[in-house]
Amino acid sequence: MKRLLDLAAGLYALVAYGFIYLPIAVLVLFSFQASRFPLPPFTGPSLRWYGEVLGDSKFTGAMLNSVVVGFVSSAAAVLLGFLAAYGCARMKGRFGSAVRALLIAPLSVSYLIIGMGLVVLFNWTGIPKSLLAVGIGHVVINLPLCFAILYSQMSDNIIRLEQAARDLGAREWQVLALVVAPVLWPALLASFVLSLTLSWDEFLIAFLLTRFETTLPVEIWTLLRSGLNPKANAIGSLVFGISILMVVLAELAIFGKGRKKS
Amino acid sequence: MSAPVVSIRNLSHAFGQLTVLHELSLDIKPGEYVVLLGPSGSGKTTLLSILGGFLEPSAGRVLIDGRDCTRMPPAKRPTTTVFQDYALFPHMSVGANVAFGLRMNGIAKAERVDLARGTLALVGLEQAFDKKPHQLSGGQRQRVALARALVMKPKLLLLDEPLGALDLGLRRQMQDELKAIQKRVGTAFVHVTHDQEEAMALADLLLVMQDGRIVDQGDPERVYTQPSSRFSATFMGENTLVDAEVVEVAGSTATVRTAFGTLKLDRPQARPGKAVLTVRPENMRLGTAHSGKVSFGDGTVAESVFQGSYRKAVVRTDSRQEIVLKLAVDQPISKGERVALHADPRHVGLLQE
Repeated sequence: MKRLLDLAAGLYALVAYGFIYLPIAVLVLFSFQASRFPLPPFTGPSLRWYGEVLGDSKFTGAMLNSVVVGFVSSAAAVLLGFLAAYGCARMKGRFGSAVRALLIAPLSVSYLIIGMGLVVLFNWTGIPKSLLAVGIGHVVINLPLCFAILYSQMSDNIIRLEQAARDLGAREWQVLALVVAPVLWPALLASFVLSLTLSWDEFLIAFLLTRFETTLPVEIWTLLRSGLNPKANAIGSLVFGISILMVVLAELAIFGKGRKKS
Repeated sequence: MSAPVVSIRNLSHAFGQLTVLHELSLDIKPGEYVVLLGPSGSGKTTLLSILGGFLEPSAGRVLIDGRDCTRMPPAKRPTTTVFQDYALFPHMSVGANVAFGLRMNGIAKAERVDLARGTLALVGLEQAFDKKPHQLSGGQRQRVALARALVMKPKLLLLDEPLGALDLGLRRQMQDELKAIQKRVGTAFVHVTHDQEEAMALADLLLVMQDGRIVDQGDPERVYTQPSSRFSATFMGENTLVDAEVVEVAGSTATVRTAFGTLKLDRPQARPGKAVLTVRPENMRLGTAHSGKVSFGDGTVAESVFQGSYRKAVVRTDSRQEIVLKLAVDQPISKGERVALHADPRHVGLLQE
């Protein structure tokens, strides 16, 4: 009986993991397809489609755009989130919680609504559809997340370190740059990498706010509109690989630091 | 008599509706080791925060080194603080921690490294210059925090329960070192604690605080043996309190009536009226009072317990008063025995509130 249960549990786990990972496995597998369609039978392995992608300036350009938008918007979101968290940690009472709630609330608004709002707003203020517009959009969606992560790290311990720094004559910017930021370094890095990952993957806002120059997810979508293509698999695999790399880096940044301390 | 390094005048502080300091006034002399002793909620930490500039008092003035510092931020004050959890910068080396204040004040690198090394040597940690705080023990971190505060050459050094995080043995050892370092640098220290043994060992001036007021202040020995408030008589260790009445003060001699009879004490500041006599258990002696001693009458031993370093006895007097004694271990005394009690008048406190 027990063996039967164990078998069932094992089977269930297999199905569950299959459900999650099979689509990615299929995507990656058929990116190595040698023939023109990413459908069985598998004819590879071949690097033909990776070659095509990396030789196509449309894709490498879009990839570069994604990287630039990701780095700049994430840096802005982390900086703004850090300053907001630093300020909010000093605000007590009802006003403070209202400010915090207003900063975190956008996390629950869908990207579609935020994207539509930005289209209307940019149209009205005359900011053209561009990478700059997407970057601003990505700051809007990532700022609440960075704020939430960094605010959770603003412990009493940090407030005492600040007191000590001020007691010893540090000016406000020195407190921030020499004490608070270095102590919060793992959290700053984690929120930066998380923002970068989300920006790298983000389609809706990028789709709504770009026209000629665009980011990689929008380029993939354009490609998929003309039907299945192993080229899309190759790009998808590249995007997936880079995302995984960023997550691993974030893990190392956060937990690697924790291990060293203990 | 030199001018005080700190003058506190009519200082009050309230958090919302709650008043935590009531009209406090105090002078601290240069080089004095002041200890604020009191239970939590007595206002001692609030007073320290006001001295350090982390809190602005609701009313009153604070003068440090002759300057009005009441509303001056911590950075501008000639004070530095050793925080309870040390608040060392975890990402900096010990040397960088100690040199931080000098760096903020624009001292050149070579000079601040020299000064930091010198101050670390003063606290016995010169070899830890390049280590990180997390590589040090609790006692060593405490010393780094002290060095970081001392290197600024403050007029007044504030210590917020600096030994609170250490275990007992280490606490007693650090307490001796703290006192030695204070005498060497000659800076006035204000030290907050709730440990009475620590307070008595360190203080030149002991302030006992309760509910936002200083209820007793002075030399620790005087505060211990002749407390001037009921709170300081009972907060610090065991004490026997006996109701009494001062019936006459003639010259410097007060005549006090108690349940044991009338006795005469040399207390020029006494005034007629209700009073309480206090005697510490270790100052109560067995035997009939001969000349110059104060008799506490006869009684029966109700309890005699061996306590390791002393023998604790409880005597119920014929006047129905329970008196606790700390006796030498080899003193033969057993339950039911009849004894007479007396004490030296120098060890008898006279409380009048």
